[in-house]
Amino acid sequence: MSSKTVEPVSETPVNYLNASFGLRSWLLTIDHKRIALLYLVTITLFFFVGGVFALLIRLELLTPRGDLFTAETYNKLFTMHGLIMIFFFLIPAVPAVLGNFLVPLMIGARDLAFPRINLLSYYIYAVGGTFTMYSVVAGGVDTGWTFYTPYSSTYSNTHVTAMVIGIFITGFSSILTGLNFIVTIHKMRAPGLTWFRLPLFLWSIYATSIIMILGTPSVAMALALVAMERLLHIGIFDPRLGGDPLLFQHLFWFYSHPAVYIMILPGMGIVSEIVPCFSRKRIFGYSFVAFSSLAIAVLGFLVWGHHMFVAGQSIYAGIIFSALSFLVAIPSAVKVFNWTATLYKGSVSFATPMLYALGFIGLFTIGGLTGLVLATLGLDIHVHDTYFVIAHFHYIMVGGMVMAYLGGIHFWWPKITGRLYPDSWGRLAAAIIFIGFNLTFFPQFIVGYLGMPRRYHVYPPEFQVLNVFSTAGASILGVGYLLPLLYLFWSLKYGAKSPANPWDATGLEWMAPSPPPTQNFPVTPLVAWEAYEYEKREVPVA
Amino acid sequence: MWNFPLFPQQASTSARSTDALFFFLLGVMLFFAVLIFVLVFIFAIKYRRRDTSYVPPVIVQLVSLEAAWIAIPFGLVIVIFAWGTLLYFEHRSPPPGAIEMYVVGKQWMWKTQHPEGQREINTLHVPVGRPVKLIMTSEDVIHSFFVPAFRVKQDVLPGRYTSLWFQATAAGEYHLFCSQYCGTDHAQMIGTVVAMEDADYQRWLGGGAAEGTMASAGERLFNRLGCATCHLESGQGRGPALGGIYGRGIGLANGRVATADEDYLRESILNPGAKIVGGYPNVMPTYQGQVTEEQLMQLMAYIKSVKP
Repeated sequence: MSSKTVEPVSETPVNYLNASFGLRSWLLTIDHKRIALLYLVTITLFFFVGGVFALLIRLELLTPRGDLFTAETYNKLFTMHGLIMIFFFLIPAVPAVLGNFLVPLMIGARDLAFPRINLLSYYIYAVGGTFTMYSVVAGGVDTGWTFYTPYSSTYSNTHVTAMVIGIFITGFSSILTGLNFIVTIHKMRAPGLTWFRLPLFLWSIYATSIIMILGTPSVAMALALVAMERLLHIGIFDPRLGGDPLLFQHLFWFYSHPAVYIMILPGMGIVSEIVPCFSRKRIFGYSFVAFSSLAIAVLGFLVWGHHMFVAGQSIYAGIIFSALSFLVAIPSAVKVFNWTATLYKGSVSFATPMLYALGFIGLFTIGGLTGLVLATLGLDIHVHDTYFVIAHFHYIMVGGMVMAYLGGIHFWWPKITGRLYPDSWGRLAAAIIFIGFNLTFFPQFIVGYLGMPRRYHVYPPEFQVLNVFSTAGASILGVGYLLPLLYLFWSLKYGAKSPANPWDATGLEWMAPSPPPTQNFPVTPLVAWEAYEYEKREVPVA
Repeated sequence: MWNFPLFPQQASTSARSTDALFFFLLGVMLFFAVLIFVLVFIFAIKYRRRDTSYVPPVIVQLVSLEAAWIAIPFGLVIVIFAWGTLLYFEHRSPPPGAIEMYVVGKQWMWKTQHPEGQREINTLHVPVGRPVKLIMTSEDVIHSFFVPAFRVKQDVLPGRYTSLWFQATAAGEYHLFCSQYCGTDHAQMIGTVVAMEDADYQRWLGGGAAEGTMASAGERLFNRLGCATCHLESGQGRGPALGGIYGRGIGLANGRVATADEDYLRESILNPGAKIVGGYPNVMPTYQGQVTEEQLMQLMAYIKSVKP
């Protein structure tokens, strides 16, 4: 293989996209890159479905009265927005799309350790998604994405069981994907690619995979018990049947809090790739960034009780959970400081991926800092279940994770498709998203501290102005999300062909042609360098 | 329309202590947010790519710097944690002598009752300057009692009691929200807390309640349900005497000791066999389904009022 970065692209050499044709060659592929694209299409679909729900929610909240939807409809809208965005977009997005595509390429392997299991993961995800969409089409669910009992297990008259089955099934997709990544990263690294030469994206994917494997069974069991209580009236959660409603919250948050880190850790991994590349500089504090991912994964399992400070758990449990929640803030802060320090004396360019990464740093910082308010026992009492919480986690999930995901898509798009997109459009969309996002969610911190509870479709009139800002921001945000869809599609046909390494980046994935051939590397590369040796500019060829 | 609030009213003692910590934290948040923004902004502008041949220096890491930005935030979060925990204790420890009021949440209304017997729906009148403790339960799903102006919130659970307390500092009408999603009309499960100067409150109470105080209503219930036939005051009955037992440690038949708090009394009425008092036979029938949550609370008020 000659992978000089300046090699001109010849007449479409054989690559994973044109190696075979026909629907069957895609639907039954065991190529990790094609499976990544299957995920990309499905996940994008879910993102826009969840996004439409979000826009409808914001439309209703434009006025304090319930004039657009009935209470039932509104409750279903926010429930399905949450469920689809979390379980079918945020959790799988980076691991299943970019992780699938990049893990083998970044370690110089031909594919994941278990290519067929990888395809199975996709179909499990698709079957789970089908159940979920069935329950949406059949009439929806109104429990909130948190399924709190005994409302979900006894009182709700909506399609809870189908929804729960869908999420239960999808969990197995998560578990298998995590398993596949862990085995692949352990066993299939190219010779010379030691753990401390791995790109930080892989450290974060590895940490994410650990959470997926250990956490998902817990939520699967909790939801299975909800379904059993609905169908068989076993008394697990409903006190009338002898159950304990708080037990559900413990089981649910034991997964669903770590799930927050499933969503954000891969995003942090992406930022750790983009910032060095567009600063032409090694990442500052590699080992600190790497170990902070593992610290987050471990500590993340010990903080679930901070969702229950006002739920009726013991004071002393609350104190322990509060202390541990503060601890988990430290590794996140370490990452932010290291990214910032990486810029120092760099050669910073403002290409589209970098704008997303810088946006991520800013928004994640706000999201993380406001998390301190929620971890503080005495303050959480006031802001718990208000829009303050909504604003906080959207700063992490949308401002952080979605920004990072889009940054990653823009960074690796030339590798994935072999095409370049118009950078000016990319930067415009990034700016629109940044502005729209802040206009949507910043006012929610204020209206939250004022006391507006979440999941209200009617609210006191003094909260209206701030809600109008939010809704205006949401419409700008919507435009921002549509733009990449348009110009990225456009680039598939009209975009200039991309060289193997358009960003002049380090990393094995950039040594393969764009798009890579099915087998990735004709010869297994030998790695004799650390990640991010940008001072050497041209990465030596094995 | 443009005259809208940006900060909630402060109408309780805990509102002041909560806001004090919040402003401290706001300062911390602003400091770090500004620090990061300014650094990112300065670095990005100052070191923007001007010369493509410029090769940035290799700066791998600086352990002292890493140690500093681990240690400083660590020290800071310990302070926040400690302050927040003290505030939490304050929230969770009603002062002795607080007026005990009772709250029942159900889809989708709040039912409240004063010790003097007055009942209200979606409204709660409270005196200014005196601590009030709410003892709360739910008839169906989980609700949450939230008064933003007081900075208090507590989930209200079916099958057990939770409580919160506050001391209003300014007369006025304040929002009461259900903040835990509870089904279709969750957003309509709202009400008003009316804080009144003590004299006005006494006048409001003065109307009197048709059924007398909660304790006297509880006593009538106690007799009607036949409780009095076994729970003799003398202690010679088939069940233990109830005078003065509230809040005391009870020696159980299994050798353990239980505190006779609201949850214990509730369980002993609805599921009497669960924790039998030592020396007494397990003969009491269950009252599950025979008493409403409000009647349970009246019984509770009566048991608390019985002198030893």
